Amino acid sequence: MRILVCLSNVPDTTTKVKFIDNLTKLDTGGIQWVINPWDELSLTRALELKDDAAHNIQQVTIAHVGLAGSEPTIRKALAIGADDAIRVNADPRDAYFVAAQLAEVIKINPYDIILCGIESSDYNGSTVGGMLAEFLGIPSVSSVSFLNIENGQVLIHREIDGGKEILTLPTPFVAIVQKGITKEPRIAAMRGIMMARTKPMKVTEPVATGPLTEVLKYELPKPHAACKFFDPEHPKQLVEMLQNEAKVI
Amino acid sequence: MSVLVFTENWDGKFKKLSFELVSYASKLAEMLNTSAIAMSIGTVADDELQKLGKYGAAKIIRATGEGMNILDNQTWVNSISDIAEKEKATVIVLSNNIMGKALAPRLSVRMKAGLGAGVSGLPKSTEPFVVYKKVFSGNAFADVLIRSEKKILTLSQNSFQLLEKPEVPEIMNVSVSLEAGAVKTQVKDVQKQTGKILLTDAEVVVSGGRGMKSPDNWGPLLELAELLGAATACSRPVSDEGWRPHEEHTGQTGKIIAPNLYFAFGISGATQHLAGVSSSKFIVAINSDKDAPIFEAAQYGIVGDAIKILPKLIEAVKEIKGK
Ligand SMILES: Cc1cc2nc3c(=O)[nH]c(=O)nc-3n(C[C@H](O)[C@H](O)[C@H](O)COP(=O)(O)OP(=O)(O)OC[C@H]3O[C@@H](n4cnc5c(N)ncnc54)[C@H](O)[C@@H]3O)c2cc1C
Ligand SMILES: Nc1ncnc2c1ncn2[C@@H]1O[C@H](COP(=O)(O)O)[C@@H](O)[C@H]1O
Repeated sequence: MRILVCLSNVPDTTTKVKFIDNLTKLDTGGIQWVINPWDELSLTRALELKDDAAHNIQQVTIAHVGLAGSEPTIRKALAIGADDAIRVNADPRDAYFVAAQLAEVIKINPYDIILCGIESSDYNGSTVGGMLAEFLGIPSVSSVSFLNIENGQVLIHREIDGGKEILTLPTPFVAIVQKGITKEPRIAAMRGIMMARTKPMKVTEPVATGPLTEVLKYELPKPHAACKFFDPEHPKQLVEMLQNEAKVI
Repeated sequence: MSVLVFTENWDGKFKKLSFELVSYASKLAEMLNTSAIAMSIGTVADDELQKLGKYGAAKIIRATGEGMNILDNQTWVNSISDIAEKEKATVIVLSNNIMGKALAPRLSVRMKAGLGAGVSGLPKSTEPFVVYKKVFSGNAFADVLIRSEKKILTLSQNSFQLLEKPEVPEIMNVSVSLEAGAVKTQVKDVQKQTGKILLTDAEVVVSGGRGMKSPDNWGPLLELAELLGAATACSRPVSDEGWRPHEEHTGQTGKIIAPNLYFAFGISGATQHLAGVSSSKFIVAINSDKDAPIFEAAQYGIVGDAIKILPKLIEAVKEIKGK
């Protein structure tokens, strides 16, 4: 069995994003790039499954659509423990474009389990995983909070409103993972960092397909009115405010 | 041409979310000089379906069929795209919730329709078709152009108010017949909590962070929530420590919510936490540190010890609500 982890390279959430060219482009200066937190977790889960010899997982591969600038992030994933990586050398223009590229990679070289994160912290689409599954014509399960292999069968927990479903499905499929998939992301050990340098990273060129959407302009959040403070001894004034002015209770 | 809206039902009943979606779709249909058609998968009674008419659905489609009682993304997308095709829908609206996130991306590829995910209002313009959405986990917003002829939008929860526009819609039944083996997802078991207000549905949320000091201090917080008919939430460390259940964790890596009112007791207001709650209409922060970042996100605040303030706050709510 082979697992593919789709990896998105995102600015760390704590970076203050800024825009240039009349608010049409992200200012990449000073940005700290990281593996999208969900992808870090799905990679960790893939490696945990591989660690158990009983599951017979031969390979955990990273797939990424992005320009050469994302290579340090991919190397980090290799250092954490992925076996190899494929980078499609293109600017990830929109989710449709990215999913189409990933689909090509998988058509040429199929995987049994394909993992995507529930959302990337840049464009917050929650879309690439589902799109990829549709391009490939294979099942997808969203909101996956648990994934295991038991007696050769894949067992998945899917979050639903106020609970969860426990389900199985045949491979190949795309699982779109969220909180719960594993506890803590695995971090790279020194040995892993050394080994990552020589692990294979294949670069392929994109296929022609148009993005369907395009960001025209960014906007920074409007600074809102300063917080109005109330006396800790008399929170009644706050409650009155919430009832009469804000009208929310 | 039409706007098709996918409404979700829970055991045959609609929630406010579905009415929000229909309100949105019918306003959008007005912008496009067409009408809104609502669809629903599964068994829903006629009088329940008619409720969608109150918010402007000109026609309602009920799709039923054996095997459609569990969510199998592929079979559901087949059914939605068939209906969209027949109704000549140029825009399809879904919620940006668990269900919408499962279906909309597949539908987008199936119909080669550009997806505006998590929009929070009507398009800024329809020619060209430009939507407005949150990006970078709430650290910025963007105008996004959808180029394709067909479009799919997922609407953020609690971001569009209900608009009444009474219609007397006809109900059309579509029966879906599935080939043997078409349903790949096999559900073995369902585990559901009952009787609790769901975090994603709640209009008021009472949340606590590490500043609450110990799980033993949660009693008053739960009491306040009960009084306000609110759901309870917490920051990540609180659920990591096992002080509160995991479903309550809000933020970048937890639930993303947009209630009308969010109480943050002893929560510092880290960016990752705010990423999940910054769309709340009002944030009330109670924190002992006057410089805590949560006060930058909050409209109302009290500087002080949350554990001491809670009982006073509960008294005040009881008094004002006449309980
Ligand atoms: C990749 C990543 C993802 C993350 N995702 C999330 C997420 O989804 N959600 C999330 O919440 N966090 C998330 N975090 C963690 C986040 O960065 C913060 O560490 C966390 O939100 C802090 O929780 P807290 O405010 O409860 O605790 P603290 O930061 O410890 O803050 C406690 C606050 O309580 C105040 N306080 C102390 N005593 C009292 C008192 N008696 N009365 C009133 N106030 C008091 C303090 O002044 C302080 O402001 C994430 C971190 C990373 C790196
Ligand atoms: N450029 C990319 N290359 C590879 N995978 C990606 C890329 N962008 C997004 N993904 C995958 O899709 C998931 C959801 O991203 P999104 O749909 O952008 O919110 C991420 O967690 C990744 O698994």
